[in-house]
Parts: sequence; C-alpha cells; structure tokens
Amino acid sequence: MTITKNYDAIIIGAGHNGLTNAAFLAKAGLDVLVLEKNAHIGGATVSRELYDGWKYSNCSYVCSLFRPEIYQALDLGRHGLEVVPLQGGVTFKQNGDYFGSYHHHDIQRREIARHSQRDADAVVRFNADLMKWCRLIRGFLLRTPPDPGTFRPRDAMEFAYLLKKFYELSESQLYEFIRFFTMSIAEYLEEYFESDVILAHYSGGSIIGTGLGVYSPGTAYVLLHHAMGDVDGSIGSWGFARGGMGSVSKALASAFCAHGGSIRTDAEVTNINVSNQRATGVTLKNGETLRAKIVVSNLDAKRTFLNVMHSEDLPGDVVKRAKNFKIRGSSGKLNIALDAMPEFPALPPGSPLTLGHLHFSDTLERLERAYDDWKEDRWSSDPYTDTVIPTQFDPTMAPPGKHMMSVFVQYCPVEPEGGWTDAKRDAFGKTVLDQLAEYSPNFYDVLLHAEIRTPRELEAEVGLTEGNIFQGELTLDQLLFNRPFPGYAQYRGPVKNMYMCSSSTHPGGGVMGAPGANAAREILRDLNKSDTTPEDFGDD
Amino acid sequence: MSDHNYLSTHEPSPFDSGIRAQSQTENWTGWNGYLSPRIADTLASEYFAIRSSCSVMDLTPMEKYRITGPDATAFLNRLVTRDLTKLRVGRVAYVVWCNDEGKVIDDGTVFHLAENDYRLCAQHHQLDWLLLSSIGFDVSIQKETHDIAALSVQGPTSFSALSAAGIKGLETLKPFGILNTNVNGFELTVSRTGFTGDLGYELWAERARADDLWNTLFTLKDTGLFDIRLIGLDALEMVRIEAGFIMPGWDFNTAESTIRADHDRSPFELGLDWIVNFDKPYFTGKSALLAEKARPATRRLLKLTLEGNKPPVGSFIFHGKKGKQTGAVMAQTWSPILKRCLALADVDFIDGHPPNDLWAEIYYQKELKWHVKWARCEIVEGQFWSHPRRRATPPMPF
Repeated sequence: MTITKNYDAIIIGAGHNGLTNAAFLAKAGLDVLVLEKNAHIGGATVSRELYDGWKYSNCSYVCSLFRPEIYQALDLGRHGLEVVPLQGGVTFKQNGDYFGSYHHHDIQRREIARHSQRDADAVVRFNADLMKWCRLIRGFLLRTPPDPGTFRPRDAMEFAYLLKKFYELSESQLYEFIRFFTMSIAEYLEEYFESDVILAHYSGGSIIGTGLGVYSPGTAYVLLHHAMGDVDGSIGSWGFARGGMGSVSKALASAFCAHGGSIRTDAEVTNINVSNQRATGVTLKNGETLRAKIVVSNLDAKRTFLNVMHSEDLPGDVVKRAKNFKIRGSSGKLNIALDAMPEFPALPPGSPLTLGHLHFSDTLERLERAYDDWKEDRWSSDPYTDTVIPTQFDPTMAPPGKHMMSVFVQYCPVEPEGGWTDAKRDAFGKTVLDQLAEYSPNFYDVLLHAEIRTPRELEAEVGLTEGNIFQGELTLDQLLFNRPFPGYAQYRGPVKNMYMCSSSTHPGGGVMGAPGANAAREILRDLNKSDTTPEDFGDD
Repeated sequence: MSDHNYLSTHEPSPFDSGIRAQSQTENWTGWNGYLSPRIADTLASEYFAIRSSCSVMDLTPMEKYRITGPDATAFLNRLVTRDLTKLRVGRVAYVVWCNDEGKVIDDGTVFHLAENDYRLCAQHHQLDWLLLSSIGFDVSIQKETHDIAALSVQGPTSFSALSAAGIKGLETLKPFGILNTNVNGFELTVSRTGFTGDLGYELWAERARADDLWNTLFTLKDTGLFDIRLIGLDALEMVRIEAGFIMPGWDFNTAESTIRADHDRSPFELGLDWIVNFDKPYFTGKSALLAEKARPATRRLLKLTLEGNKPPVGSFIFHGKKGKQTGAVMAQTWSPILKRCLALADVDFIDGHPPNDLWAEIYYQKELKWHVKWARCEIVEGQFWSHPRRRATPPMPF
C-alpha cells in the first residue's frame, strides 16, 4: 500500500447508493475506491447466511423503486440481477376472514366487492388519483432538485421545469395534490373507502419505516413513496430480487469492478480529512490515511456531519441542521428459517395470496394503537408487520421444501425504557412471532431459526442512525430541495470536493439507486467529465 | 363473510348455460366481470342477424342501478345533463353525466319505471359516483346489475319474433317506451331501446326467470322462423359505429379514470350537444360546460367516412395528405351495409372549425407484408346509417 496514491474518488459505504455512485464514476473513467466498514458489502441491501443453508434478505426485502434506467445503464441483468414480480398479498382479519390482492382485475374487483360493493367502484377513482401523483413524482426521481434560493440559470430552469410539471396538473388536481402532501393516510383513504379491512390494507405502506401513525399528517405521501415503483412498467408492483436483496448490491459491485473500480471491506472510515475547506481523503479506523480528489459519503446526513466530519471543518448551520435532521428509528425486522410452509387456514387451499405481502392489521384503529405504543417507547404489542416468503418462487434462498420468511415490523422503539438488552430484543421478537402464530397454527412447529433485529442491531451493523431505513424521515420538510437540508440538496457537501449520495439526499430511501446516480451526475459535471448517468425513461 | 372463488375469473351470467350452448367459437372476452362472446358463430351471420333478421344479446354485464325515493327525480336531474323532469313514467332517455369540470364520467339510459322509481343503466361501474352524488338527497341507490335477467333483441324481425313469442302490446310501443307485461306466466318488462340503431327491444325479468326468458326466445328459434341468433360484441361494435353511438372508455377516456390532464372529454367534444340542457336548474358540470360553450371548439369526436376499403385501425388523422397530424381514430369498422369504412376520430379544430382536408394514414398487412395507404376522410353529420323501421309505430313485420 502506498500512502501517496491519490484516488480520483473515494466512496464511503458499499450500500446500493454508494455502489451505484461508484459505478457511474468508474464508468466515466475515474479511479474509484469504495470503503466498507463491514466484512460484507451491501449495507441494508444484503443477503446473508446466518443459518446453515438459508439466505436472509436481512434488511430491505423487496424491490420496486430501484430505477430501471440504472439497471439498464449499468447492465445489471448481465451482472446477475433478476427481479421477479410478486403475486398476491393479503390482510388477515381477526374474525377469520381476509382481504386478498389479486393481479387479475376482475378477480380483484370481486374480492373488494365481497367487503364493500362501493369500494370496488371507488378503487378506480383511488388508483387514478394516486397515479396522478405517482406520475408527477416519478419524473423528479432521476433529477437533481433545483435550489430555489439561488438565481443560477440552471436552478432557475430546473425550478421552471418543476413548476411546469405541477402546472400540467389541472387547477383542481393542484389543490388536491397539496392536500395529498399534507394529509394523513387515514383521512385520505377515508375519502375513498368504507371497509375497515380495505382501509387498513391500503394504509400499511404509509407507515413503513416512518415514525408516524396512520392518523399523522404527512403519511399520505409515504404511501406514494411505496406506490411509485414498478416492475417492468407495472406501477405499484413489487418484486423479489432472485437470491435476496444482496443480489442488487452484488450486481452493482460487479458492474463497478467491471469498470475498473475497487472495493475494500473491513475498512471503516473514522474521518473525512479536510484541509483549507477541501476534502483531501479519509482516515480509517486502523489509522491508515487514504487520499482522494473527491470524497463521497454514502452515510446518512447525521453520521456524515456529526460522526466522520469535524464541526471545526463545517459551517455551524450544517452541524445544527444535521443535529435536527429527523431520522427516527421506528422499525424492526425478523428473518426466519422455516422447515416447511406455514399454514394459513383462513385462506382457501391453494390460494395464491401467500405469494405476496402478508399483513395482520385489519383496522385503522389497531394501526394507530400500534403507533401509540411506539410514542411511549414501547414496541407495539399488536404490531403492523409486512411479511413475505420469497422462497415460494426463489429456489436459491433455502433448501428445497424449506422456506425463508422476512417480517418487517412497525413499530419498534429506538430505545425502550431502560435501554435494549438481548432479553428485551427476544421479547420483541416473541411478540411478532406470537402474532404470526395466531394466524398460522403450525408456525412454531416449522420455525427453525429467527434473526431478530431492533433499531439497535440495525444501527450497529448497517450504520443506519437509529435504524431508520430511509436515512431520514420522508416528510415534506425533508424532501426535494430540502433533503437533507435547504441549500445542500444538490449532493455537494459544505466543503469542496466532498459529496453526499445516501438516501438522506433526494429522492430518499427505498433501494432506488437514484441518490447515487444523481450525485454521480453532479460530480461528473463538476469534473467536466461526460455524464454516464441515465435520463428518466419518462412515463409517456 | 361470503365465499370468493379465486379460481373463477368471471361471474357467471344467469344465461350462462344457454350462451355456452349457442357459442361455437369459444371466443370470449371479459365485460364488466362477466364472460361475453366476441363472436358466437361467425361475425357476418351475427352482423346480418342485427341488420336483416333478429339478434339476441345478454345484457347482464351492463351496469344497472335502481334509484328510488322522494328525491329520485331531483337527484337524477342534478346528475345528468339532460332535463329529466320531462321524462314521463314508462319512458326511457339516453343520458350522459359529468364531473364538475364538465368532463364525461359515463353515459347510459334512464328508465322511469314508476313514480320515484328509476333504473339507470351505465357502461361502467358507477356506485361510487352515484353515492357521492347522492349526498343531501333522500334517495336509495341499489346496484342490481346481477339481479336482473336482461336480453337485447334487435333487428328487423324482432317485433314479429317477440310477438310470436307471445308478447302482446308491442304494436303500440313507441321508441324509448316501456311495456310491462306477462308472458308464459312470468312478469316481463319490455323497452323499445337498443344499441344498434335498428328496430329492437330490451327485455327485463327477475333473475330467477332467466331460463324462462331465454327459452321464450330460443324455443322460437327452434321453429326456424325469424333467424334468431345469439350475437357477440364484435358484431355489436360494427352496428353501433354505423349508428354513430359512442362507447365511454373506448372512444374517449372516462373522467374518473383519467390520470393525465386534458385526456378526458366533455359532452360537446363528443358531439352530445343535443342532450346538454342549460335551461334546467343546476346539474353537475353546468358551469364548466357553459364556459366551454362560450369558447370556440378545440376538438371533436367526428364521424368520418374514408375512401377505399382498408379500415383505419389505430390510424392517425392528418390535415392534408402527409400533412400535420391532427387527430386519431378511436373506433372504426368496415360497414357491410354501406360498403364503406367508417371511423370515429378525435380531431383537433382550428379556430373553432374542423380542418377542411382530413386524411388517414392506414397500415395494413397482406401475407404478413405491411403496406401503407392514405385515405381521404369526409365528415358525416348524424348517423352513418339509419332506417325508418327504427321509429315506425307499429313497426314493420320484417
């Protein structure tokens, strides 16, 4: 190792955004090094074998938002990525009934009508309205947000583009959009639906990863964040990455390395070195110093500015905003090895519904109560969970006939009263498993192993502050040109040659790759290199 | 908790077994959750059953709502653009309804069955919109799509056929009239309505009487008289274009399902000026439509005939041959009775008027080889085709 080597770019953190960013920089011909604190790459986009023969998607577990433009531009299909669309999905009711999601329009319509004839008709209006907002937002995902505070021609043009997109909405749609951005998901859905289970079913996506309840203003937007993705053009669909979410980071790493980049694992960065208000490189935990012309942080905004940078190198405003950045941990995760497929007797034999997301919260009230527990620093005694069993169509994740189950849990506190202990973690896990067993009588019989993760484990292992999966709440005050902070939404850090590419930046979390690609575009622009990042395909 | 069979894609029609027995081709399509034949036997025989003898079609998938209560008339009159206070008991009216922006949600027919008792038939699911629109009105709205057994019997011999089947009183039933009668021991409502532009009737019975209704017609078919034939949706598509009738969701995007601004259409843009009545009190969309009326027309769904014999499938319409693109064909057919290509086309206007020289660019295949042809289009006012027998009372025997 020569101390004198000066990389073109160092990226801190081998999560999907760091790798995306690195791959586009390497594709432009830069000499790029990615540093990862763990022994494995992927950050929260990993598949790990923690129980012999089973692969877990330990953190993120389904794929929809990942930008197909990035997939295409980096040729990720050739690098081993395959995203298979999910089928089915179900919300179980406490009375033994259920509400199912079917992909066939007419079957779905009859299923909704079984719960409410009116809701079966209203879903047309709901889908059309939601799609209006999806279309609007999707157009901004692969664009750098304008800074409305400057008068630079590029910002003015980009701001004009943003306004134009908004004014393409009709007048009444514009009003509705502002309402949508500020409403709670419960109030929003109640303008469409009457059935309790349908309201609960559709509201789940609005609280995932969010320190808000179904009646909290601002949650309607979070639904959009979960609905705007697509698999092969089918908007709102979710997919499984074959081999687990680790396949996404693996393919990105493979593309990056094919463009000449290199990755070092077990290389935790403790400091971004700054001299004369310019980033010059990084210092590793082992004391080693690496030099680079630019440094890109894929850590969340809090970690970046409060942990690996020194206040003396930073404007006071940035430090203050980093401190105030909302990044509340609210989620837990269970990864489960199963000896056989768990039975769900509420479903008819052979039902396709287990192929998708399983939910066990059938009323808005239960969802709100789950949030109440979190506010009191308790995990929800009756949690909202998003459960998937990808081994039903992915043969690579468990031995034949065996299954892997991923259970995302909302809500779990950052710090229960008296702090986390292993015993408390296990008690949290048991709450979730007990809820599953209520709907699946053979569940404990087939349970082989469960990895239980609270915000404590998520933060310690992945480095997500408070275990927040979006690296910062997706509320209006932290979106678009305010993400992560006003004046810093264009991926450039407060010191020269330092950039940000994590989900703390626009357009936020959810395994999109967009922050990584957008940051690469800005970096290449500053370096006068030709742009290797893709343009949005466009919806029309 | 009711049963849901996830393996069955479609709801069975009450006429399911009869339809299956008559369908030779297994050429089905989904229609509002039911399985309907596109073609039961051959397209030509079905088309000519409508235009030359007697066609039968299952109306189960058509959405039906029963609207009753003291405010039923006031509710419907606020809903639709037409003045329904003039619709007497025993009469039917074609109507269209809009949102507040004056864009069409759907079209259909209102049956004034009795005092404060209406049936509204619609193309698309309307329960959500009807219930939203009913706030503040003392009305009850029931979906009865699946509870009514309804058949459409259309064609020049339909009057004779139904009379021969034992239905009395048809000779005095005028177009858009309703007749309540009794045949073969069950109650039957007959309306002189249809979607073919020809002489024809729609028959309405309780669901439990579906077999009786079916047998009333098809025992007559077995006698070999009147050439009674089950038809599918493909033949209906041909005749409804000949008659100049529109299909919401096919010829234009319905307002409640429209995502992109300006992709929906107003009644004026669809050529439905004749059923927009500004003299009646407020109706949903009135202000927007008044404002639109005051502006020059920006586009219209035009009826076009095209030279040549190549149907303009998915064609763009141009101003001048190889000129500027100015519209698109939304529906088209070759008309066997007119020996001409017909189209409904969404066309941009210039200064409130249609472009004066319209052309269609038509792509077609011969032995898998693609060809392109330009065809001059002519704008047609009114129906492409009509026949005096549609309006004659008493109707002609064939």
